[in-house]
Amino acid sequence: MSANLAAYTTSSGEAFQFWVLGTVALAGALATILMKKAMHSALSLAGTMIILAVFYLANGAYFLGIVQIVVYTGAIMMLFLFIVMLVGVTAADSLKETIKGQRWWAAACGLGFGILLIAGIGQASLTEFNGLGAANSARGGNVEGLAALIFTKYVFAFEITGALLITAAVGAMVLTHRERTERARTQRELSEQRVRQGTHVPPLPAPGVYARHNAVDVAGLLPDGSPSELTVMQTLRKRGQIRDVSSEALADLKALEQRSEERLGRDRDEEEATR
Amino acid sequence: MNPVNYLYLAALLFTIGAAGVLIRRNAIVVFMCVELMLNACNLAFVTFSRMHGNLDGQIIAFFTMVVAAAEVVVGLAIIVSVFRARHSASVDDASLMKL
Repeated sequence: MSANLAAYTTSSGEAFQFWVLGTVALAGALATILMKKAMHSALSLAGTMIILAVFYLANGAYFLGIVQIVVYTGAIMMLFLFIVMLVGVTAADSLKETIKGQRWWAAACGLGFGILLIAGIGQASLTEFNGLGAANSARGGNVEGLAALIFTKYVFAFEITGALLITAAVGAMVLTHRERTERARTQRELSEQRVRQGTHVPPLPAPGVYARHNAVDVAGLLPDGSPSELTVMQTLRKRGQIRDVSSEALADLKALEQRSEERLGRDRDEEEATR
Repeated sequence: MNPVNYLYLAALLFTIGAAGVLIRRNAIVVFMCVELMLNACNLAFVTFSRMHGNLDGQIIAFFTMVVAAAEVVVGLAIIVSVFRARHSASVDDASLMKL
């Protein structure tokens, strides 16, 4: 009986690992779709993928586990982060709904689909559990077994995926390549144009340099105290990433710093008291 | 623990990914959700491979990874070129064909 039972269950260590890491993987997946900023979503997804790699290793797919870490978390997620940086880190989702009630309908569809899938798995008679021990050791190991299959039974599919990868690489280059249709103007031509138009002949003013802010996203103040957008560079201006330097914002910041200072001072006093 | 639990986890991850594709409007996040769905499928393939005791499921998961890599390369290139043209990565903004 116990031998029969062992064939259908995994070790208790693996069960513990599954329940702990599975919870974290689900939390990561939920964070991926719930986080407002794309950067947070990408990092949550990377965590979920690493946990999936651990599950592959636990399931005896040693080659796939390593490939998951190298290809997914190493290459694909870093490509995602790269694009997030390129497209703008602060490009958060707009919360305005263009289709009325779309979120709730989508959530309801997801729930129904999930119930359907889980009920389907629950109804299926999945009594077979052989384990990969025999399959992995048939040719000396997991990698050797996979290689034997890839280069015999699946060799045609393998070659097609090679062609697919090359096509994808060329396609990405074609899509992102931009042909320059006119010659780039030199510095001399640009300065001559500025003199001819009579706008901003001297260099642009520097961004604000205060005792508190020494950053490029803080606009410099004009003599009357109003911030000048000209002092902030064009990229930040276009993205709308200029920091607010009105007197209210500065007062808020000052109050925050004072509060944190008081708290830190109190913590230090308490530490000394306990000592 | 019954190894079928891995299948339940894969189903949950796939569902979360599918709901994310429907809910989110940032094209990059939609893409991440598609990746999550592909990963959930891979987990199911690997689990089935273990249950049936042969390596074919792992081969299919391997091919899924290759196709996912190609898909990410082309998809992100499209997102970058759309962003260049429209200064937005929202899937709602690309509605030029709408009447």
